[in-house]
Amino acid sequence: MTASLALGPTPDVPLSRINPCAQILAAVVVSLVLLATLDVVTPAVVVAAELCLLPAAGLTHPRTLLLRTWPLLLGAGTLAVVNLVLGDAGVLGALGIALRVVGLALPGVLLVASTDPVRLADALTVHWRFPPRVAVGSLAALRLVPLLVTEFETVRLARRTRGVEAGRNPVARARLVAGVAFTLLVGAVRRAGRLATAMDARGFDSGIRRTNARGSVLHARDHVFVAAAVVVAAAAVTTSVLAGTWAPLFVGG
Amino acid sequence: MPGHDPGPARVLARGLAVRHASRLAWALTAVDLVVEPGERVLVTGASGAGKSTLFAALAGLLDPEAAEVTGELLVDGRPPHEARDRLGLLMQDPDAQLVMTRAGDDVAFGLENAGLPPAEIWPRVDAALADVGWRHGRDRPTQALSGGEKQRLVLAGALARRPGLLLLDEPTAQLDPPGAELVRDAVARAVVARGTTLLVVDHDAAPWLPLVDRVVEVRDGGLVEHPAGWRPAPRAAGLLLPPAPPPALDPAPRSSIRFPDQWASTSTNGGEGEGSWIRFPDPRPVVLASEGAGFSYRGTTTPALAPTDVALAAGRVTAVTGPNGTGKSTLALLLAGLRAPTTGSVLAADELAVRGERRPHRWRAGDLVTRIGTVFQQPEHQFLTGRLRDELELGPLRSGSGSATARARAEELLERLGLAPFADVNPYTLSGGQQRRLSVATALATAPRVLVLDEPTFGQDAATWRELVTLLAEQRAAGCAVCTVTHDRDLVDVLADASVDLGAAP
Amino acid sequence: MSVQDRTVGTTRWRTVDIVTTAVLGVAFGVVFIVWNVVNSAVALVPPVSGIMNGVYLLPGVVAGLLVRKPGAATFASTLAAAVSLLASPYGGIIVVYGVVQGLGGELGFALTRYRSFGWVTAVLAGITAGLSTSVLDMTIYYPAVGFWSVKVPYTALTVVSSVLVAGVLGLLLVRALARTGALSAFASGRSRV
Repeated sequence: MTASLALGPTPDVPLSRINPCAQILAAVVVSLVLLATLDVVTPAVVVAAELCLLPAAGLTHPRTLLLRTWPLLLGAGTLAVVNLVLGDAGVLGALGIALRVVGLALPGVLLVASTDPVRLADALTVHWRFPPRVAVGSLAALRLVPLLVTEFETVRLARRTRGVEAGRNPVARARLVAGVAFTLLVGAVRRAGRLATAMDARGFDSGIRRTNARGSVLHARDHVFVAAAVVVAAAAVTTSVLAGTWAPLFVGG
Repeated sequence: MPGHDPGPARVLARGLAVRHASRLAWALTAVDLVVEPGERVLVTGASGAGKSTLFAALAGLLDPEAAEVTGELLVDGRPPHEARDRLGLLMQDPDAQLVMTRAGDDVAFGLENAGLPPAEIWPRVDAALADVGWRHGRDRPTQALSGGEKQRLVLAGALARRPGLLLLDEPTAQLDPPGAELVRDAVARAVVARGTTLLVVDHDAAPWLPLVDRVVEVRDGGLVEHPAGWRPAPRAAGLLLPPAPPPALDPAPRSSIRFPDQWASTSTNGGEGEGSWIRFPDPRPVVLASEGAGFSYRGTTTPALAPTDVALAAGRVTAVTGPNGTGKSTLALLLAGLRAPTTGSVLAADELAVRGERRPHRWRAGDLVTRIGTVFQQPEHQFLTGRLRDELELGPLRSGSGSATARARAEELLERLGLAPFADVNPYTLSGGQQRRLSVATALATAPRVLVLDEPTFGQDAATWRELVTLLAEQRAAGCAVCTVTHDRDLVDVLADASVDLGAAP
Repeated sequence: MSVQDRTVGTTRWRTVDIVTTAVLGVAFGVVFIVWNVVNSAVALVPPVSGIMNGVYLLPGVVAGLLVRKPGAATFASTLAAAVSLLASPYGGIIVVYGVVQGLGGELGFALTRYRSFGWVTAVLAGITAGLSTSVLDMTIYYPAVGFWSVKVPYTALTVVSSVLVAGVLGLLLVRALARTGALSAFASGRSRV
């Protein structure tokens, strides 16, 4: 599983010049359209447009691409099969559902490939009034993830020194993993407490309004990006209507 | 806080007494302390004496619901929790103090909290980094830093807020000697550059002495001021250890482990033709040895551990030393049978073999536990149950003893290690020293022939240190082969019969 | 209802509340990444695959039971989903899932007015969370399947899984954490051993 959780600095790809907020907004626009219908043409248009962005996110090499998206493809394929076999949508309908899943998921893949959590948090707090303490708290917690990953191995080995080991037995394996996970969780919660103390010592709970040292700027290209997403959405709907396949979905119907 | 700098702070404590809600006894009774602006004071004392309580009181960290406080305590004329913006804290665990993924961002964190505009933040970040001697620049990822560097960064973050009082709580406890050196250097620079009042709390007084003006000790709930020129007693002073077992009188029994010729020349045994099994001046049977054992992680070119030869003899203590990065902990894992070497081999003597298998990493955990006991750096990683007594019984039970035997063994160990009052307590709630003793006890519960310890004296105060050393000496006297990975020179001097230095040129 | 299960704390979020909830979210996000792989395969069998969904509802319910503040469930669940996004098959929509699942759990806590955090609330939160996620699943992923043949069993299994895993297991987890002394800053950590 890739990207070692993408905690590193923002990758230097063309798409990273677009503000994360713009990317999210574009994704929302496109997702609304995808969710509104069950046909196959709409998602096809949207996915085609999203695929065009893959090179801009630096995802050109087929191997990297596969590495980041294989679970997605597997999931979409599974869903298509399920809806085909158990449902009444027919082949085209199932294909439409699979494409819809891909269309909903690709913006996330693009976002992860073109930004880092700090930049995302900055953008959210500056432009969308996201509570700054929640954002920073999340960043602080996120920083602890690689530590958890290395500790997992240490704790697993520690269990062997106590005579606890899983052989082939899947149940024993599951119990071992659960035990290790619990130890890690205790450590993480305690660390969280100490971290909170340290953050308060640096004025986190002072009640003063936080500023952002790095800031986030919206450029013209961000507005253009969102406009382009609207255009793509409109094009998808139009094409679908013209092709006669538009099948609006009413939630609960 | 943000704009001006009021200068170093003054600390005043008069008749300060603190009692924790969960205890009956008062942690501190009638503490009087005056620290003038710009002064540097070391607060020392044994673990549990009340140093941490004093630190918590000064830092404004005592929860009014969880502690009863009487007397007067003022920082710059105000109670500590009102004077929090005048304080800069540096505590033990760097990973529980760093917030951001890049160095500059982390230092800026405190200034963002103060509501400063970015134009004011970054110059102060640069100044703080310079004041601690930071050489890496703002974009250095915090994950890639060593412990000492992380602590240095935390200090910079505290300094950026221009505190009047720097409060340090055992900042070097979790660091190796080079890292500790780095931190003390950074503190020295910072204090010189800013003239801040400094208060260091640490049970290990000696390294801080060059840096401070005064030393006070917390004893019996009060403070004792030490005269100028005071030196702490060495940890091993007056320590009486049981002697190591004598060398075998008749020609040493043949061990099933053979070594290449080069070893013959290092022994004073006269050298056997095909290689001797000993490195020590006196022959003892070797029970576990590594022959050119090395380890590399998959996909890396440089080995984590270069091929190394170590022989562990019954009734002898072998110390493994060397700078960080040379693979000391990796060697411990190989010897303990927790990892398979990628080059060379680790072999146990015939009498330890399990159904003919002499490689420990192939043994089942239940068999491993009765042969090799391992003690990790962090005791918490080895806790499995919710009760101390259950922890001690677990090993014997897992290796096949009946529950009566296991219980008896646990009782014995509880008495021996002074943990009997805590028998039904959750291991996580024990103090650091108690946890350390528990982790050693659990390794001993299955009476292993070999004991491998990774930094057993790490961060322990003098009293626990002496206990641990005595305990290890007793194991040695009983014929156990002890191997400790350590950078504690005192431990090596007092206890080690042989030492392997991984950093030495081959 | 024991003393431990009732709370009359403030609703103001302290730093330790924020950071602990965040850490819970992040820790479970890592669990999700692994569980997602397992789930992709089982998703082949929709009514039964409902049984796997309980895990996704854990962070919300655990955070709510541990931190005991309004919004804890939503925060933790959303953050867990966001972290799993880093290596997830389902992409951006997963964050919407996190929010909805968290809100679902939140509803359960709201039904007991954020005053009780024992078995009743845990089960309630499990039910509401399970319902919320199955409605979302049905809308987005399985719109074309039969109502009675697939949708209802799927929902039922999801709710059962949620009650057992998120509710029951979640409460046991919080109590076990309390016994280690790690929750001393929280109401959920005080009183009995």
